[in-house]
Amino acid sequence: MSTVEVLGKQLELDADGNLANPEDWNEEIAKELAKQEGIDELTERHWMVINFMRKEYQEKGDAPSIRKLTKQSGVDTKELYQLFPKGPAKKAARIAGLPKPKGCI
Amino acid sequence: MSDQIEKVSIIISKGSLEGVYPGLIMANGARMEGIEATLFFTFFGLDAVIDKRMDHLKVATVGNPAMHIPTMVGGLPGMAAVATAKMKSEMEKLDIPPVREFIEMIHDTGAEIYACKATVDMFHLKKEDFCPQVDDIITVGEFYEKSAGASIIFT
Repeated sequence: MSTVEVLGKQLELDADGNLANPEDWNEEIAKELAKQEGIDELTERHWMVINFMRKEYQEKGDAPSIRKLTKQSGVDTKELYQLFPKGPAKKAARIAGLPKPKGCI
Repeated sequence: MSDQIEKVSIIISKGSLEGVYPGLIMANGARMEGIEATLFFTFFGLDAVIDKRMDHLKVATVGNPAMHIPTMVGGLPGMAAVATAKMKSEMEKLDIPPVREFIEMIHDTGAEIYACKATVDMFHLKKEDFCPQVDDIITVGEFYEKSAGASIIFT
């Protein structure tokens, strides 16, 4: 299993390159993971999406995919693609320290 | 990296509910993976982007052996409506949106949506007959130009 060094700590990754243990995550780590995805600064709008994802994951056991984000996160599709270019659900899940969403939609 | 798909062009040529959704799901799925997507609607597939028709697409209950109902039964009045309602409710459970919402969402992801000029002329349609997400009416030649470097998927 591969690992990534974030803020001096070695964190385990799953096969998709997301954190293997969501409990390793904290907000400082999120900022570092975001930088690795090319997002230099996490704004309040980014955090709305990240926090919604973590809440959904805790309740349902799966990270939400794009339609659920569009309908329920308070951020619409267009803005999601601006905040997290090239695949918002996948990128936001990685930054949120969650496994890649399993949904197709 | 070069063997990764970076761009897809998806042609939707059928106007039944089950004919339209696979292409929409593949287009949205491509965008979710960060793949560029272009949608090209042709022949009866145009119904999915015609403003007056897109909310009323039906499942074909005749001529489809995988429906597992006899052809004559499938042809009874109301069968298409029943099968359509059933399929729509199953799709909603899976978070698959209705056609109009799906087209809006796909367009918002940055995918481009085009209607086929030959079909538009054949059916005597105009730009204003389409939903606002249709970017343009283009010829097959223009479709190939826009698809440069893309994998083309015909549905």
